[in-house]
Amino acid sequence: MEYAVRVDVTLKRGIADPEGATIERALPALGYAGVHSVRTGKAFALVVEADSEAGAREVAGSLATRLLSNPVIEDAAVTVVGVG
Amino acid sequence: MSRVGVVVFPGSNCEHDVVSALTALGGRAELVWHAETDLSAYDAVVLPGGFAHGDYLRPGALARFSPVMGAVAALAEAGRPVLGICNGFQVLTEAGLLPGALQKNRGLTFLCQPTTLVVASTRSVLTRGAAVGQELVVPINHFAGSYVCDDATYRALVERDQVVLRYKDNPNGSRGDIAGIANEAGNVVGLMPHPERALTALLGSADGRVLLEGFLAAADDAAAARPLVTAP
Amino acid sequence: MTGEALHRALGLTDDEYALVEGVLEREPNHLELAMFAVMWSEHCSYKSSRLHLRRLPTSAPQVLVGPGENAGVIDAGDGVAIALRIESHNHPSAIEPYQGAATGVGGILRDVFTMGARPLAVMDPLFFGPPDDARARWLVEGVVAGISGYGNSVGVPTIGGELTFDEGYAQNPLVNVLCVGALPRERLVLGRASGVGNLAVLLGSRTGRDGIGGVSVLASAGFAGADGATSLDEEKRPSVQVGDPYEEKRLIEACLALLDEGLVVGIQDLGGAGLTCAASETAARGGVGMDVDVTAVPLREPGMAPWEVMTSESQERMLAIVRPEDLAAVEALCARWEVRSAVVGRVTAPVPDVAGRPVGMLRVRQGFDGPVLAEAPAAALADEAPLYDRPRARPGDLDARLSDDPADEPAGDVAAEVLAALVDPAWAYRQYDSQLFLNTVVGPGRDAALLRLAGPGLPSSERGFALTTDSNPRWCAIDPRAGTALTLVEGIANLACVGATPSAVVNCLNFGNPEHPEVMWQLSEAVDGLAEACRATGLPVIGGNVSLYNESGGRDIDPTPVLGVLGLVERLVAPPPGWTWREGDTVVLVGPREARPDPFPLAGSLFARRRGRRGGRLPAFDDRALATCRFVAGEVARVCAGGASPVAAVHDVSAGGLAAALAEMAAASGVGLAWASPRGHAELFTEAPGRFVVATRDPAGLTGAAEAAGVEASVLGVAGGGRLTLGELCDLAVGGLAERRASALPAALGL
Repeated sequence: MEYAVRVDVTLKRGIADPEGATIERALPALGYAGVHSVRTGKAFALVVEADSEAGAREVAGSLATRLLSNPVIEDAAVTVVGVG
Repeated sequence: MSRVGVVVFPGSNCEHDVVSALTALGGRAELVWHAETDLSAYDAVVLPGGFAHGDYLRPGALARFSPVMGAVAALAEAGRPVLGICNGFQVLTEAGLLPGALQKNRGLTFLCQPTTLVVASTRSVLTRGAAVGQELVVPINHFAGSYVCDDATYRALVERDQVVLRYKDNPNGSRGDIAGIANEAGNVVGLMPHPERALTALLGSADGRVLLEGFLAAADDAAAARPLVTAP
Repeated sequence: MTGEALHRALGLTDDEYALVEGVLEREPNHLELAMFAVMWSEHCSYKSSRLHLRRLPTSAPQVLVGPGENAGVIDAGDGVAIALRIESHNHPSAIEPYQGAATGVGGILRDVFTMGARPLAVMDPLFFGPPDDARARWLVEGVVAGISGYGNSVGVPTIGGELTFDEGYAQNPLVNVLCVGALPRERLVLGRASGVGNLAVLLGSRTGRDGIGGVSVLASAGFAGADGATSLDEEKRPSVQVGDPYEEKRLIEACLALLDEGLVVGIQDLGGAGLTCAASETAARGGVGMDVDVTAVPLREPGMAPWEVMTSESQERMLAIVRPEDLAAVEALCARWEVRSAVVGRVTAPVPDVAGRPVGMLRVRQGFDGPVLAEAPAAALADEAPLYDRPRARPGDLDARLSDDPADEPAGDVAAEVLAALVDPAWAYRQYDSQLFLNTVVGPGRDAALLRLAGPGLPSSERGFALTTDSNPRWCAIDPRAGTALTLVEGIANLACVGATPSAVVNCLNFGNPEHPEVMWQLSEAVDGLAEACRATGLPVIGGNVSLYNESGGRDIDPTPVLGVLGLVERLVAPPPGWTWREGDTVVLVGPREARPDPFPLAGSLFARRRGRRGGRLPAFDDRALATCRFVAGEVARVCAGGASPVAAVHDVSAGGLAAALAEMAAASGVGLAWASPRGHAELFTEAPGRFVVATRDPAGLTGAAEAAGVEASVLGVAGGGRLTLGELCDLAVGGLAERRASALPAALGL
């Protein structure tokens, strides 16, 4: 089976996010007064071949920790978004 | 004389500069392709600046999986001098050979400018020839040079005297003004500034000499400490 | 769509279509039409400007390769040759500033390493609208980030350029890029195919649909929309390419290694007009034909039609001509650098035409032995675009403007005027790696950049080279002929400040719509001005680029010829004097105190421009200025060689006049100056080029040497104290001047 998987990598809480802060500073001028806590990150779309959804999640989780994120400063979240 | 290997990843760009700087100081330095898996012929190794593997994903994230990195780790384990400059520092943190990580600069722009560094520790292969408190003018050239780590790591770095260089006037938001750190043994050092760019007053500063001369001396010590091998 | 409508959609006129029919002696098919359309576009063929460019002097003993190749090359001595090239990427940058600027850098690097030279440095002259506008800020930040992102990562230092803000560029920014490279003299290669049976190997990126028709659609037409900003941009966006500096870096290393090992007989980059251009130009230059198998081209996306493959402008690709017996070695070397390689063509023998003359044919085939999809003489595509002598007309309001001299403008607040001229471009150049290769002795932000002539693989040398890019649209708007000639003097003066003797010139002619007779008049005048100035100075033009259709909403930009001037320094072992004077130094104006015909002309000055005055009489091209440049260059060169000279600090007088030059030096030094007797504000703000502020600890030595060289030297005063005092006209505290200068640009950009 092939599973469509999404990996979201975001900075850990407490790690400075200058990009997020810059975006947040621009918001009032654009009229978005009620938006805050902007965090930036990266999203990856993968197709994983596996026997089960759990298997796909495991492969993607391992890849997310070893390569796609730097666990020193980043968190990775894996979501299986569909089959094939 | 010791032999220093300067690792070339595809996308590295300071490798020739490092070789020419070490050679100008009387050292013997050679380029080593990243596919190499054996560095036993070298007494010390430098990971130079540049954009290894295009810096795609994160600086250093792909380079740490280059075949040569196993041999770099073995060299570090054996206590021989390992120096990561700029992108090389990023690779060493990604590879777990140094703690912490390097983030985008506070101002979110690339910065190429002279900086004044203050020597914080001389207990490393890079700073062994300098004096604590000595000020050195050495240029930086990076987009992701802001050092970050958690509180426990920072405390440990300070307590174990692993912070080797700090910025006098922090250009990038680095935690504790950190410009360079060492591992606990002092033989693995990473720094964001480029000492090879500060070798002569003709190019603006000669303050990088004391750092690279110290590194070459450490490489010579490592060579002397090696078991003698008779040529077949 | 009928054939006739199709050629117009592709950018060919009815007359051009008829010419294509004449060349082929039949109706062209769709693929052939697409190939002629890109090759005969203004961008590729210079059809509106070539007639004029022929008037430029191009030869001199040091010239190894003149205009017409991928880059000009001069002999720099010690077995080293220097390759130089300038290009524009104006239109792509206007709609996608990051990628437009990035791919501009990528393209020019390929032009230089195509000659066998390792690119050593890049410079970027940039022109934008006033920075108080959101769109202008978006463009400035995007362009600077694009140059930084691509140039730093590909590993070529950016050592300078220009940053100009003016209303005229608000909708049509100019992004020019100059690249210099060096090579061992004997390795010079030319972009030509030879040897029937040799293979054409495509190196680098896969080919996609990006940038199709870029040259004919984007670079050869103006932004016609009333506001130029939104609607048309959307339409043109697909023509923009995306750059990959990591691919380019590997491509540079692989190509230089191929050349080092003698594995290629010719090489050519794929830029505007893509594979069609590379194949037809290499074949035409070599007097041979070429068969291209369109199915052999590695593609990025499926289902691309042959005309898309042949005209795609996907970046980071090169075409190498390789002997069949070397193919395996070429493939192995490319594999080491992770560079894709594919045999896409074969060199074929020319075939006789009806008159029996040999003609090299470019044939596009489906499989090497498959059907021929397109067939045309390579030279017809590459060299035989129609030449246009477009109508020229002296602007109707010219006489009125020439007589509207700003000499009558009152002085106003002189101190405020001085402060307004103090803008440090460091915010931009700090984002560029300016030091890689350990050659940069004087980096960005000074009069000219100065580098050691060294690099991996070059014979060792103590020589140095200097580069400057200069333009003055304020002068050229008034009088493009005199303005362009004066711009060359300004370039030579900048080189003199770092001790360099000029050796060669490249030009990037940025003009408006050539279908406007006034624009063609401007272009023709600028070419004549440059030709006259080059003859007067003995300098050759070794390459250039023409960017036309710089207009929006029907308004043409001011004529903006940008000159890149390369200079040489015989021996470079010590840095030249900078802008810093010390307490007690005597400050001297070296060069003619009074210009000719008017003593202190304000026409075309920043002072006049800020008052909306766009007319008057420019200073004349002045032999005294050239003699001054030679004198200063000689003195500074002595310092560079490790010798002694009375010159302790030097800066040339340019934008903002003598007042700005003095203020910049005072700011850099933190030491003031009192000049008792300037002859009025016009003397402070006139910008006649070829004059220098020199600080010295040996005033008698300096004035004596100047006198012996037949050069005027006027003592202004002695450096000291904390104030810059210019007679009764201006009194400024020096403290804070440097900070003010440094923060002016970020403040203007709202950062």
